[in-house]
Amino acid sequence: MSLALDPQAISTAVSRLADSIFEASVDGNIDLVGIRSRGDEVAERVFCLLKEKGANVRLGVLDISLYRDDFEHLHENPKLQSSEIDFPVDKSHIILVDDVLFTGRTIRAALDALFDYGRPASVQLAVLIDRGHRELPMVPDYVGKILETNRLDHVLVRLKNTDGEDALEITSKK
Amino acid sequence: MARKDFLDIVTLDREEIIHLLDQAKPFKDLFTRSVKKVPALNGKTVLMLFYEPSTRTLSSFEVAAKRLSADVTIFDVPHSSVTKGESVRDTIDTLQAMRADYIVVRHRLSGQPAAIARQTGASVINAGDGAHAHPTQALLDAFTLREVHPDLAGKKVLIMGDILHSRVARSTSTILDKLGVEVAYCGPGSLVPHTHFKRFTSYDEAMKWGPDAVYLLRVQKERQEAPFYPSDREYHSVFGVTQERLRRISEEGIYVMHPGPINRGVELCDDVLDYERCLISQQVENGIAARMSVLYGLKPQTS
Repeated sequence: MSLALDPQAISTAVSRLADSIFEASVDGNIDLVGIRSRGDEVAERVFCLLKEKGANVRLGVLDISLYRDDFEHLHENPKLQSSEIDFPVDKSHIILVDDVLFTGRTIRAALDALFDYGRPASVQLAVLIDRGHRELPMVPDYVGKILETNRLDHVLVRLKNTDGEDALEITSKK
Repeated sequence: MARKDFLDIVTLDREEIIHLLDQAKPFKDLFTRSVKKVPALNGKTVLMLFYEPSTRTLSSFEVAAKRLSADVTIFDVPHSSVTKGESVRDTIDTLQAMRADYIVVRHRLSGQPAAIARQTGASVINAGDGAHAHPTQALLDAFTLREVHPDLAGKKVLIMGDILHSRVARSTSTILDKLGVEVAYCGPGSLVPHTHFKRFTSYDEAMKWGPDAVYLLRVQKERQEAPFYPSDREYHSVFGVTQERLRRISEEGIYVMHPGPINRGVELCDDVLDYERCLISQQVENGIAARMSVLYGLKPQTS
């Protein structure tokens, strides 16, 4: 097990994410939707940084448990939490936010879940970490940090509010 | 490891109950979306096996299963070959061939859903068996009460009516007991069993106990060979919520619940339905969410 990112590196990655989203924004109106769990915390931190920059940001949270494609293989179905999107999804420009982009299956599920709330005008993807090894055609629009990993590595992100500290660890399977 | 079947409340521990109740909330939240359906049980088959007539419970399960994207087949037993002499066992063999993943069973005999569960890899859900149990009703009742009293411990619930023949009374009092609620029974003496719960045979005595909610049981004329009361009017005046009693209930802010379908002018007067603390319609809506939580929480051993 190795500590790949320390708290400082994670903060830098979050700031980079917020900066690139802000720069790309045309009118300062930004709608973030974080994917549970940890994507919601990344989204919340980006949300705070964007507010400081004076952007008009709205924040929602999406639980994608019911949209997963691997129910068959789980011993127990994932624990559900509520999704909270208080603004209309119809016709809005949504930025989905997640902690780690890996196979892309979570994003597929999140897109399905999001579209059951309405028909967004556009959807973009922002991730704190892109670790590669996609199994679906998903390309992030905003990335905090790119990490080189092996397909079988286990990448574990811990975040302050969810886990008590900021850290990213990579465990290699030999 | 998740359970295969959901047969009663007695065998669930407190953590499992809390988990099922907590999980029902995100399902209820879905009902306000434009698309009320999620793909969680996509491709799964839910079979409704009702040996006893039911409209409300059957529809509630059907809506719950469909909102989880399962395919639903209703095996309409009273009109099927069961009446032609086919045994439950033979019916199960037929159903096995249909490869159902979930079987929702209602039967007039206690223990029949459990017997079916032992013969199939499908998840079996008890939708009411004899006077034994109606566990999804219990779950929706507890969920509904928790919406108005998030911490149920120490609250008092009075269950009123024919306790002896009621599977609702049995399951609902068991779940409430496990959640730390004080339960009391009230009804005609011969129909209120002696249990470890408080027992009243007079409406006024029971109300002096100070319940936070009154749970009215349906007078089930079809389940009794001889009615325990000479007339509906007499039941209403002795154990029903009359206009006058509603006034006191309302002054004291007591919640009113009923599993449905209601008999107007028997268990309650019409005005109860407009009473702001009447939870009967919430119970119906919550029934769908609670049943989604149960379906989602089980693991069929079919594949």
